[in-house]
Amino acid sequence: MKRLLFAALTALAALAAPQVQAQDQPGPLRITITDGVIEPIRFAVPNFVARNAAAGDIAQDITRVISADLANTGLFEEIPQDAHIARVSSFDSSVQWSDWKAINAQALITGSVLVEGDGRLIVQFRLFDVFSEQPLGEGLQFVGTADGWRRMAHKVADAAYSRITGEDPYFDSRVVFVSETGPKDARLKRLAIMDYDGANVQYLTSSDSIVLAPRFSPDGAQIIYTSYESGFPRVTLMDVASLQRRTVGGETQNMSFAPRFSPSGDRVVYSAEASGNTDLYALDIATGATTRLTSAPSIETAPSFSPDGSQIVFESDRSGQPQLYVMPASGGEAQRISFGDGRYGTPVWSPRGDYIAFTKQTPGRFHIGVMRTDGSQERLLTGAFIDEGPTWSPNGRVIMFTRETPGAAGAPALYSVDITGRNLQRAATPAAASDPNWGPLLN
Amino acid sequence: MKTLPLILAATLALSACGDRLGGAGGVNDDGFAGGAAGANGAIVPGSANDPASPAYFQARVGDRVLFAVDQSTITPEGQATLRGQAEWLNANPSYTALIEGHADEQGTREYNLALGGRRANAARDYLITQGVDATRLRTISYGKERPLEVCSTEECYAQNRRAVTVLAAGAGV
Repeated sequence: MKRLLFAALTALAALAAPQVQAQDQPGPLRITITDGVIEPIRFAVPNFVARNAAAGDIAQDITRVISADLANTGLFEEIPQDAHIARVSSFDSSVQWSDWKAINAQALITGSVLVEGDGRLIVQFRLFDVFSEQPLGEGLQFVGTADGWRRMAHKVADAAYSRITGEDPYFDSRVVFVSETGPKDARLKRLAIMDYDGANVQYLTSSDSIVLAPRFSPDGAQIIYTSYESGFPRVTLMDVASLQRRTVGGETQNMSFAPRFSPSGDRVVYSAEASGNTDLYALDIATGATTRLTSAPSIETAPSFSPDGSQIVFESDRSGQPQLYVMPASGGEAQRISFGDGRYGTPVWSPRGDYIAFTKQTPGRFHIGVMRTDGSQERLLTGAFIDEGPTWSPNGRVIMFTRETPGAAGAPALYSVDITGRNLQRAATPAAASDPNWGPLLN
Repeated sequence: MKTLPLILAATLALSACGDRLGGAGGVNDDGFAGGAAGANGAIVPGSANDPASPAYFQARVGDRVLFAVDQSTITPEGQATLRGQAEWLNANPSYTALIEGHADEQGTREYNLALGGRRANAARDYLITQGVDATRLRTISYGKERPLEVCSTEECYAQNRRAVTVLAAGAGV
C-alpha cells in the first residue's frame, strides 16, 4: 500500500496546493509546483469480465473509457492490454501479483459487468496496489441503465483517481459550450452540452441567433447565457431538461451579458450596459429583483463569485486598461489584484477557493493563467494567438478554455490544461467550439 | 414608430448574413450596381444618386466610423462622417437608425461587448449633438462576433473597430 500511495502522492505533489494532506502520509507534504515532468503511475485495466453474453460489448467499452479517463489526466500511464501476462477471467479470482509486477504495473483495476433481463447494468470494480499486494479501498458496485454505461465507467475511473491521488473526482461531469459553424464574419453559434470527454454531444438551441458564454447553475439543472434572440444581447436562463428559456434581468438596459450563478444558485451576477457604460448587477432569480453593484464610468464585466459566495472577482478598465478586482458580493470598495504587464480579463474563482484563473493579453498573444486570490503567485499556463475564457473542473485541478487560430480560416476549439501547466489537450468536439463551462460532478 | 420593433428585427436578421458591406441590413444594394441615372438623365429613386435613399446614405454619406485600439473617441474624420449622417437623418425624418458597435478580435469576448457598446453610444451621442432626435437612435453591440474583415492583422482590425449606422424605415414609409 505504502509504495503505490507514495508514488501517487508524489504525482499529486506537483499538482496540488500545499494544504493537501493524505491520511497515510507520515509527514507534511512539501509541494513544488515548478517541478519538472512527473513520473506517471503505471496502471493496468484488463477488460472487465462480462458476466453474461449481453454484457460483452459494454464490458469492453467501459474498460476503454476508464482507461482513457485516467490516461488523459497525464498522471497515469496505461500498460496496453497486449502487454498483460495475467488473464482475468473471473472478477473474484485471486490476483496474480507476480504477473502484474513483471510488467511494472503499480495500480491494477479489475471489474465485471452484468446486464440484467430488465435492462439494468451492474458494474463492479476493485483497485489494487500491486507492489504492496493489497486492495486500495473497498470493492464498489454501481447499478444503472445500459444507456448510462459511460457514466458508470466515469464513476469507476473517478473512484480510482480519487483513491490514488486524494483529490476529489471530476470525470463524471458535463461541459456546456458554444458550437460554431460557418465563415468567420457570419459565424453560426449554438449552445451544446457534452460529457467532459466530448462524448454525448446534444444541441440546446438552433443557430438562428448568436449565443455566448453559457454557465451552469451549481446543480447543473440550469444554464445562464447571453442570447441575441430578442434582437439584442440579453441574459437568458434555460432549463436543461425541458430546454425552456426566458430572458432575465436588465430589461431597462441596452444589453445584458456575462452572467454567472452564485454558489448557492439563487443569484446571478452579470453585466449590463446603459448609455455606453457597463456595470455589474445582481439578480435574485426567485423574485427577479436586480441590484446594481458598481457605479463607475469604466467597464465592469466578467464577474465570478468566490466559492463561499462572499466576494466577487471581476474585470474593470478603471485604471485605463482591463485589470482584475475583488469586491464584497453586495458591492462596495474593490481591491485591485492584478499588477503584471498586460491586460487581464475573465477571472474565474476556483471551486476550491485557492486560485483565480484568468485570461491575460500581452502584445500579439493571449494566455490562460492562475494566481492566488490576493493576486500573488501569478503563473501563466498557456500562450497562443487567442486563449481565453477559463473554466475549472469540479475539483479545481484542470482548466478548460477556448483557443482560437488566426486568419480567415481561423476557428476556435476547446482545450484543457492542468493547473501546473502540463497536459495541454484539445477536447474532441464535432465542430469548432468556444466558451466552455464545466458543470458540477453528477450524482 | 409603432412598427419599429418589427422592422428592427428584420434588420438584425439581415445584418447577420455576413454581408461584406457590413451592417447594411434593411437596405438593399441597388445603388451600387452602377445605376447612376435613368436613360433620360433623371435620378433613379432609391439609387445611390437619390439623396433621400439609404443607398446614398451608405455610399455617399458614409455609414460607419472607425476607432483606434481600445478607444471609443470619435476621430475628426468620424466627426465629419457623423455630421453628414446627422444632416441626412434630419432631412429624412421617416428613418430611424440602429448603431452597431464592433471590436476587433484582440480582446476577450466580454470586454469587447462592453467596448462595442461604448463605441455605438459615442456615435449616437455625437448624432444627438447634431440635432438628431434621441428617440430615433438605438444601439447594439456585437463585440467581436461580427468582423467585417477576417484577416488577423492590423489592416483588418482597423476596419473592424467600427460603429455602423444601419437605417430602418420608421413610421410614415
